[in-house]
Amino acid sequence: MREGLQRFTRTHEFWLLIVLIVIGAGLTAADSSFFTLQNLFDLLTSYAFYGILAAGLLVVLISGGIDISFTATASVAQYVALTVAIQYGATWFTLFLMAALIGIACGAVNALFIRTLRIPSIIVSIATLNIFYGLLVFVTSGRYIYQLPDWFAHGIFWFEFEDANQISYGINLQILCLACAFLLTWILLNRTNIGRQIYALGGNPDAAQRLGFHVFGLNVLVYCYMGFMAGIASLVQAQLAQSVAPTVLVGKELDVVAAVVLGGASLTGGVGTVFGTILGLALLAIIQNGLILLGVSSYWSPLFVGLVILVAVSTTAWSQNRKHRRMVAA
Amino acid sequence: MPTGNRTARLAPFLELTHISKRFGGVHALRDVDFDIEAGEVHCLVGENGSGKSTLIKIIAGVQPPEPGGRIRIEGRDYAHLNPVQSTHCGIQVIYQDLSLFPNLSVVENIAIGRHLGRPRPVDWSGMRRLARAAMERIGVALDLDARVADLTIASRQLVAICRAMAADARLLIMDEPTSSLTRHEVDALLAVVRDLKRKGICVVFVSHRLDEVLEVAERVSVLRDGAKVGTFEARDMNDHKLATLMTGKEFHYDLTETDLSDRAVVLSVRNLTRAGDYREVSFDVRAGEILGLTGLLGSGRTELALSLFGMNPPDAGEIRLNGELLHLKTNAEAIEHGIAYVSEDRLGLGLVLEQPISSNLVVTMLDRLAGRFGLVAPAVRNAHVTRWIKELAIRVSNPENAVKTLSGGNQQRVVLAKWMSTNPRLLILDSPTVGVDISAKDGIYEIVKRLAGAGIAVILISDEVPEVLYHTHRVLIMREGRLTAEFAPHRSSEHELEAAINA
Ligand SMILES: Nc1ncnc2c1ncn2[C@@H]1O[C@H](COP(=O)(O)OP(=O)(O)OP(=O)(O)O)[C@@H](O)[C@H]1O
Ligand SMILES: [Mg+2]
Repeated sequence: MREGLQRFTRTHEFWLLIVLIVIGAGLTAADSSFFTLQNLFDLLTSYAFYGILAAGLLVVLISGGIDISFTATASVAQYVALTVAIQYGATWFTLFLMAALIGIACGAVNALFIRTLRIPSIIVSIATLNIFYGLLVFVTSGRYIYQLPDWFAHGIFWFEFEDANQISYGINLQILCLACAFLLTWILLNRTNIGRQIYALGGNPDAAQRLGFHVFGLNVLVYCYMGFMAGIASLVQAQLAQSVAPTVLVGKELDVVAAVVLGGASLTGGVGTVFGTILGLALLAIIQNGLILLGVSSYWSPLFVGLVILVAVSTTAWSQNRKHRRMVAA
Repeated sequence: MPTGNRTARLAPFLELTHISKRFGGVHALRDVDFDIEAGEVHCLVGENGSGKSTLIKIIAGVQPPEPGGRIRIEGRDYAHLNPVQSTHCGIQVIYQDLSLFPNLSVVENIAIGRHLGRPRPVDWSGMRRLARAAMERIGVALDLDARVADLTIASRQLVAICRAMAADARLLIMDEPTSSLTRHEVDALLAVVRDLKRKGICVVFVSHRLDEVLEVAERVSVLRDGAKVGTFEARDMNDHKLATLMTGKEFHYDLTETDLSDRAVVLSVRNLTRAGDYREVSFDVRAGEILGLTGLLGSGRTELALSLFGMNPPDAGEIRLNGELLHLKTNAEAIEHGIAYVSEDRLGLGLVLEQPISSNLVVTMLDRLAGRFGLVAPAVRNAHVTRWIKELAIRVSNPENAVKTLSGGNQQRVVLAKWMSTNPRLLILDSPTVGVDISAKDGIYEIVKRLAGAGIAVILISDEVPEVLYHTHRVLIMREGRLTAEFAPHRSSEHELEAAINA
């Protein structure tokens, strides 16, 4: 236990947690509306979309790949699934099934190109981002959907309760899906042999091949998992926005990449945890939120986010260099 | 067959016949027959690029042989294997690069086989038990939760052996397991190999250190240019005969006295101390001198070398280069002063494996090759690359291939070329011939002598006593952080040096 704690203090997650607590405490002191149930609930609801995508992307990064086409995948999934639901009717289950299947199909396209043609994943996903998005905008002419089915627009609200100001809280669709996405990803990565194979693959692809890992299968799984999460996230976002717009999601992919990388995942593969990703996302969320609360113009937000990422990534790199030097000298 | 005199022959565990392999234009193996008897230790030797690793990859099922070959394992025939089949037959390979997963813990690396197959929950406690049992079998104790990236090379090697044990290896193949180990660690490894043999496990051992080959092996197979020269009883062999079989050439080194006392002192080290690493170290190196430095693991040799190269700043004492007092804080400063360092850990510090051979060769020279606007003209770059490939006789099919496609020994030559081309005043070579075959070694010694002849001061750090004895002008022995003895090669013997090292 003691030893476990000591190990923890040497991790990236530990430092993130400290930074998070410091910034959180600072914001609480500076603005009394930050550390309120209402603000935290709103944050959780509005960042659920990013969180679900981050869970999917984490798995891709650990495997040693990258995918940035997921915002386009999500746009396609929500548009198609909700259009079908409006035309022919659907239930929660069939709606989510449709979105998930569309996401998985898009992921499979990525995996196929990456593995069979051996094109770097970044290039493939830049291409598919544009293809998926281009097709969607072409077919829909960029039309929004405002008339969502009533049951969908209504959403879900479990364990509802009210505070003194009669504001109600509960488990809504966003929070439910976010929790499920992180839980599922944690189980996949830490409790199944497939998850461990994904780590191993990211750590040393040649060795994985030599040991007889099913590398192709793993790649398909990883990109389809990303697609699946994009499908789920897309509905979560549509429900919150109460509309479907083919053009609003694309452009947000780098925020997700930022959260996951901030959380300690490495772009070279093999490294990253669900806990770290949650912290990375939380840090991103409270910085953006904090700036708004402090009345800083929202134009400053990207600058701050960029600085935080740079600092976080440099400290990790710096401490790793030091460790490496010590090893060399040892 | 030269093995005819063997009496009671056991049935072979593995038998290869008519195995060939081509890579594009390169004929890596030509019609090789090879067999391994149950429970024997069999060594495979040959020059760099002679096809040893390729043969192993075929046995492991990582690469298929050309059609027409046959692989027979315990009486069953295969045209080619896949990795799962070969694992199933009890074949485990420890590759030159160890093939570990640096990002995972020791437990997971050892018990990685448990992760294969159908999707299912991870059985962490079962994996720990398996890993512990594997460590017990070879009598080592490692921190099960440590990340492999944080281990020393020697410990990583043990992890790789444990992994093979955990997979119930019946044939363990080790591709140059000793090339990154010190003498002491090699002895420990050889003890493990003997122990495995007692347990009835066959071991195939690839090495360039012929003395250790003869120490453990019962039979030795020699490859030359992809063809098998023959299989021999180890007791009929000595390292001289083996070297001749491998290369078709004779090697002979003489001890001669060279008087360098009138040459200028290039490097002068006085009372250099770094707590925990070395203490009160003083010595000089003159222009044109090759100074040998040897000692056991942990004696402080590498730490001292790193200090001279600005990577491990000393606490006290002084370093002077051509009389000028240096306070090196980074290796960039050291390079600027004309100090070059060829590291022991070439994979970690010396090369960018994914990058082309040519880029690795020019990386230290970019400043000097650059013309106007700081750009390097392709013609200048190519001329430089061609010159050094020729100079060190690096065997490449195309300089634009990634360095990792080269055989281990050729990779080492790339590192050497990279530093030699900077034309340093002081060249520090830390175990430069590790993993390099005998004729390439010879080439490297020639180059070192030529450089010294041109007035460069050279420090040659090595584990191998013959290497420092025959190829330096003066030998310093380091023990527990101090310089304890000095020898003039022409007045000393290997025996005396060994005694001083282990004193
Ligand atoms: N994947 C590959 N692509 C192209 N050529 C290759 C490949 N693998 C090996 N070769 C070539 O095949 C030949 C045999 O290489 P191999 O690695 O088997 O040599 P080796 O005997 O293990 O040498 P070393 O002692 O240096 O490790 C070399 O010329 C090498 O360049
Ligand atoms: Mg080899």
